[in-house]
Amino acid sequence: MELKDIIQPQNRVYKKPALLNGNHMHYCPGCSHGVVHKLVAEVIEDMGAAEYTIGVSPVGCAVFAYNYIDIDWVEAAHGRATAMATAIKRLSPDKMVFTYQGDGDFAAIGTCESIHSCNRGENIVIIFINNAIYGMTGGQMAPTTLLGQKTSTCPYGRRVDLNGYPLSITPLLAQLDGTCYVTRQSVHTPASVRKTKAAIRKAFENSMAGKGTSVVEIVSTCNSGWKMTPENANKWMEENMFKKYPLGDLKNVDDKKEE
Amino acid sequence: MNEEVKLMKGNDALAMAAIRYGADGYFGYPITPQSEVLECLEAEMPWETTGMVVLQAESEVAAINMVYAGACCGKAVMTSTSSPGFSLMQEGVSFMAASEVPALLVNVQRGGPGLGTIHPSQADYFQATKGGGHGDYHLIVLAPSSVQEMADFVALGWDLAFKYRCVSLILSDGMIGQMMEKVVLPPQRPRRTEEEIRKQCPWATLGRKGMRPNNIITSLELDDDKMEANNLRFQATYREIEKNETRCELVNTDDCDYLIVAFGSQARIAMKAMELAREQGLKVGLARPITLWPFPVEQIKKAASNAKGLLVVEINAGQMIEDVKLAIESSKPVEHFGRLGGNVPTPDEVLEALNDKLINKK
Amino acid sequence: MAKINGAVVVDTERCKGCNLCVVACPLNVLDLQKKKVNNRGYHFAYMVEAEKCIGCQSCALVCPDACIEVYRVVEK
Repeated sequence: MELKDIIQPQNRVYKKPALLNGNHMHYCPGCSHGVVHKLVAEVIEDMGAAEYTIGVSPVGCAVFAYNYIDIDWVEAAHGRATAMATAIKRLSPDKMVFTYQGDGDFAAIGTCESIHSCNRGENIVIIFINNAIYGMTGGQMAPTTLLGQKTSTCPYGRRVDLNGYPLSITPLLAQLDGTCYVTRQSVHTPASVRKTKAAIRKAFENSMAGKGTSVVEIVSTCNSGWKMTPENANKWMEENMFKKYPLGDLKNVDDKKEE
Repeated sequence: MNEEVKLMKGNDALAMAAIRYGADGYFGYPITPQSEVLECLEAEMPWETTGMVVLQAESEVAAINMVYAGACCGKAVMTSTSSPGFSLMQEGVSFMAASEVPALLVNVQRGGPGLGTIHPSQADYFQATKGGGHGDYHLIVLAPSSVQEMADFVALGWDLAFKYRCVSLILSDGMIGQMMEKVVLPPQRPRRTEEEIRKQCPWATLGRKGMRPNNIITSLELDDDKMEANNLRFQATYREIEKNETRCELVNTDDCDYLIVAFGSQARIAMKAMELAREQGLKVGLARPITLWPFPVEQIKKAASNAKGLLVVEINAGQMIEDVKLAIESSKPVEHFGRLGGNVPTPDEVLEALNDKLINKK
Repeated sequence: MAKINGAVVVDTERCKGCNLCVVACPLNVLDLQKKKVNNRGYHFAYMVEAEKCIGCQSCALVCPDACIEVYRVVEK
């Protein structure tokens, strides 16, 4: 078959979701944020939920998420996204509300709000990007930075005596009675992207079913901050990040019911 | 619910007035001397009647950001706190000012700095009227001097906030918050429906109903020219508020030789001091700024036009006195009298200060 | 046996040349332009061996900039 015969509208099996607009994303080449943005847009589109979805963007690289996904957005102060999502959902329970936060926002400056929102069981979705570094400000140490990992504020590698241990926050959240679904995914392979999309879909559905808080952690790369090619960043993530932050569901209340 | 006459604390009156205004949400955190607001709301359970959301947040920081979010959705939302808590909220307040969203805040002041004391103070005047957080912004600051005004300023504060898309602050203190007085509570107003909010606040982030263009509320703008334009727009709003919304009560100012300027709780004490002075044949008047921002410059200027001197009575080390001096362009002697640390002066002390600092001053 | 014909269309101006699609492709269909660049100066992705493409979507799934459309025809 000729190429021109294959490239016909009726043969198209994959395209950019319409909710993800044409704006050129400011993310570095190979950044995991782009994949996750695409998945969030796809899920909202698949659910037909654009008319009643409100996103809360963080401070960090994803601060501009509102420039790319065409839904209503509010932009939170650093760390306060889940407090904002709490209020939006409580004031309008018929809306679908999610936060999109990085590790610094969610697990350092916003830890208090993160834990309490989950503990109250707010019917919101938290998309948590863990790339073990502060991307937006230029590659400083994050709460999730691995031991030995070099950043601009631990230039000789993270040390326990100086910097403490990396914080694995999702297992903590899984212990809280308010969370219904806590999962850790990645977007570095076609299979992992498919799994992450399913996880995001499930989380959004949970929030509308009033099951409690859903947390989707996505172990991600920051190839610029890590000073690697996108390809090598994926390899480094598999070899190093997944040891500290193993993938899989940490909690799913639906599983318990089935038992 | 119809209009009702009650005997209640200032903090309780404020809470009841919020429900009756048709508020959509209250988000707060306990701190003395204003915890009765949250306590009263939780006891009243307005979510069962009007549908108002009441939530005890994990901190003042969370509370103010909940208010920010509610305000972004065009809802009538509020918080209340006391001085240390209000310091914690300043980042969120700055974000709200930058995002041009309407909200009602309440600071029932206590003495500072630091943890200070739980007793009354007016030491947050600068913080309230000069911005408080980072950036060029103002709040509309209302200073109640009675339990009735604690109730009345709820509606006034919200109405002004929605009119100008700005944040209103009721700057009260532990004295007004804790004391009991007769209050007339307004009749119950219905909460606005989502359709009404969408109409009144087309910018609200309530979801793209009918796939309208999406609304984005952010305080971030990295294009310098756009950010400058934003700031100029904020300033234009502030000039408009200054023009239309300045409020001040003047008592016995037509013939006064000496003018006392006092706000909130201290205006009550100054009022009594003025009466004592008049009994002694001293022509003393009182100017009570009701809006601390915008400051009633013209009213003070007019009230002071025939006065030989002004005494600013405030329970702080001298804050509003700066605005009074600016208002009359320091054309006359302006003295300050106040107590600190949670102490409240007596009318006799005020009169004594008037005599010592102005009337008998050599 | 059915023959699967696939093809991708890259939005070359959106592409940042991150190479993740090239790595993800199981059949080495894709590569980055060696010399050509887009308006932003990126060596964008293209089908270097178009006839091998089976339209599996692997490249599109991992693409951070959503710049790949995938087409697929199964010939019976």
